[in-house]
Amino acid sequence: MPHRWGMVVDLDRCTGCEACVVACRAENNVPTVGEAEAARGRAIHWIRVERYVDGEFPDVRVKFLPVFCQHCDAAPCEPVCPTYASYHTADGLNAQVYNRCIGTRYCANACPYTVRFFNFFNPVWEKPLHLQLNPDVSVREVGVMEKCTFCVQRIKAAEIAAKAEDRPLRDGEVVPACAQACPSRALVFGDLNDPDSEASRLAGSHRATHLLGELGTQPKVFYLQREGGHDRQDREGDQ
Amino acid sequence: MTGKTAKEISNDLLRPVLDTSWRFYAAAVLLGALVVAGLAAWGHQMSAGIGVAGINRPVFWGFYITNFVFWIGVSHAGTLISAILRLTHAPWRRPVTRAAEAITVFALMIGAMFPLIHLGRPWLAFWLFPYPSERRIWPNVRSPLVWDFFAINTYLVGSTLFLLLPLIPDLALLRDRARGWRRHVYRLCALGWAGTPHQWRRLETAMHIMAIVIIPVAVSVHTIVSFDFAMAPVPMWHSTIFGPYFVAGAIFSGIAALIVAMAVLRRALRLEAYLQLLHFESLGKLLLLMSLVWTYFVFAERLTTWYGNEPAEVAVLFAVERGPYAGLFWAMVFCNFVLPFVMLSIKRLRTITGTVVASLAVLVGMWLERFLIIVPSLTRKYLPYSWGTYQPTLVEITITAATFAAMGLLFVLFSKAFPIISIWELKEGDRRAPVVAPGLVDQSMVMADRHANP
Repeated sequence: MPHRWGMVVDLDRCTGCEACVVACRAENNVPTVGEAEAARGRAIHWIRVERYVDGEFPDVRVKFLPVFCQHCDAAPCEPVCPTYASYHTADGLNAQVYNRCIGTRYCANACPYTVRFFNFFNPVWEKPLHLQLNPDVSVREVGVMEKCTFCVQRIKAAEIAAKAEDRPLRDGEVVPACAQACPSRALVFGDLNDPDSEASRLAGSHRATHLLGELGTQPKVFYLQREGGHDRQDREGDQ
Repeated sequence: MTGKTAKEISNDLLRPVLDTSWRFYAAAVLLGALVVAGLAAWGHQMSAGIGVAGINRPVFWGFYITNFVFWIGVSHAGTLISAILRLTHAPWRRPVTRAAEAITVFALMIGAMFPLIHLGRPWLAFWLFPYPSERRIWPNVRSPLVWDFFAINTYLVGSTLFLLLPLIPDLALLRDRARGWRRHVYRLCALGWAGTPHQWRRLETAMHIMAIVIIPVAVSVHTIVSFDFAMAPVPMWHSTIFGPYFVAGAIFSGIAALIVAMAVLRRALRLEAYLQLLHFESLGKLLLLMSLVWTYFVFAERLTTWYGNEPAEVAVLFAVERGPYAGLFWAMVFCNFVLPFVMLSIKRLRTITGTVVASLAVLVGMWLERFLIIVPSLTRKYLPYSWGTYQPTLVEITITAATFAAMGLLFVLFSKAFPIISIWELKEGDRRAPVVAPGLVDQSMVMADRHANP
């Protein structure tokens, strides 16, 4: 059976520290665009931590929501691409073929999660930042869309290692950079087709939901909702 | 209808082609300079990167796609005016059809540039073409952009034929009148037209077929353009009304463009005897009709969205009606409904000036309408954390201005090379009995005229 890669995000565990954002940038050669361009909405973050503030002062709670490509099974970005640059792999990944992308940006408009990013200019790594470029990940040129790949280079490396040892992949062997960097273990990656994987187990939790699930995109990212009870208890404790 | 003899008609309408005034050079240079500025801006964008435009995340489409939809919309002038008026044998169509057909071809040429201009890597645009490549990759036929490619190319080929077919007898007339090298060019273009009864019958049949075929093609083109938006799950884009709504808006802006073009030609080429109040009044009434149809669509779309109260859609709706885009929205309502309604429904105001003022307002309003459909939805997609804004840059504004100049330039050049009013059709109208039963085409008078007046 092919793999079906997915991620579980435990919102009770996320502290909003953004270590995942930094790790992803380093792993995937995500370019920095500078302050002025970032202010114009051209910053690229394959993963971002959205912050929502609930309630009125002093009874305020901040919610953190890590958002990245949801690798939808019914992805709105895929059919609209005229050149098949955005397509579905056999193991369920939403791949973006940089070489095939001509930059219509239609996929980015169609994506309800706004997790697709565009290279408005050729990326630059000022010295000595160029020394930390990851040789396993290609650099994207101007006019090309990019987005979270679930660290496909790590998936491929683990698959090759397992094949060399002539054994199946073990759960936990593939860890994307964001999940690896998460200090509170809020991100769990794994094969959703393996019923014993930790990701599968968590995805079956009664707390598991999809982001914008009502749109029918069938994402492979599960969010474990905050426990309502904890909220109430915390607030009562404060008073 | 014009009260002129066939000879006078030929002389009046061939004068702009055969004699060149300084005004032609002035207009060509001025408009040409603007077009060159636009090409320079595009060159700059290609060398520096598409980032010199104002688009950003989440507003990935801005002025360029607005211009694309606007110009493809304007291109509906030719078909709907020309084809429908031909099929219904409206007697007043004769001095109007060629300008309308020319607008179609030019607006399509301009509009079809924008999918290339807006690409991140325009040098790879040929990947949209279905050509057998060594990697055996074909365009993705599920993508509305590929539907666009086929629809627009079909329409461009069809409308070019639709423009060229009725031009042939006039080209033959030019061949007989012109001197020097131009005579050779016109001889080639006239395709051996001799005005035999056989040729007239063939031409009438071909024109009739094209007039019928081009209507469904035109409707499909703007429906498919609307599908670029309606197929994507974006608030206020994902709408079932977009197909007919876009087609209605396209006809609306097409008629307005035709009225403006006619007014300019009337002044510049001194065609007052041919483009009369009757033509502006008749087109003005059509414009009024389309204004009401368009208003009905906007009303139906926005009322159902408001009543349905779906949060993501209502966020966009309110951003447009009472948020940052409210000024543009109410300006659009004024330009597309209030002003045309007043100017065109009161007979005293429905003068040539009145219809032209209304048409200019409609062109502004329809451009705003395209902008307001595309941009506000992108600024407010589902996750409020990624809401954004859009501000056009000088590059986008220059290229936008250049497209209007390109339209003017193509018109100036076209009216220099060819009679902008169909000479033989005008003569045919003057000779013919005022009422012709639909389907009956009597060529005897035209042919007699052709032989008497080479």
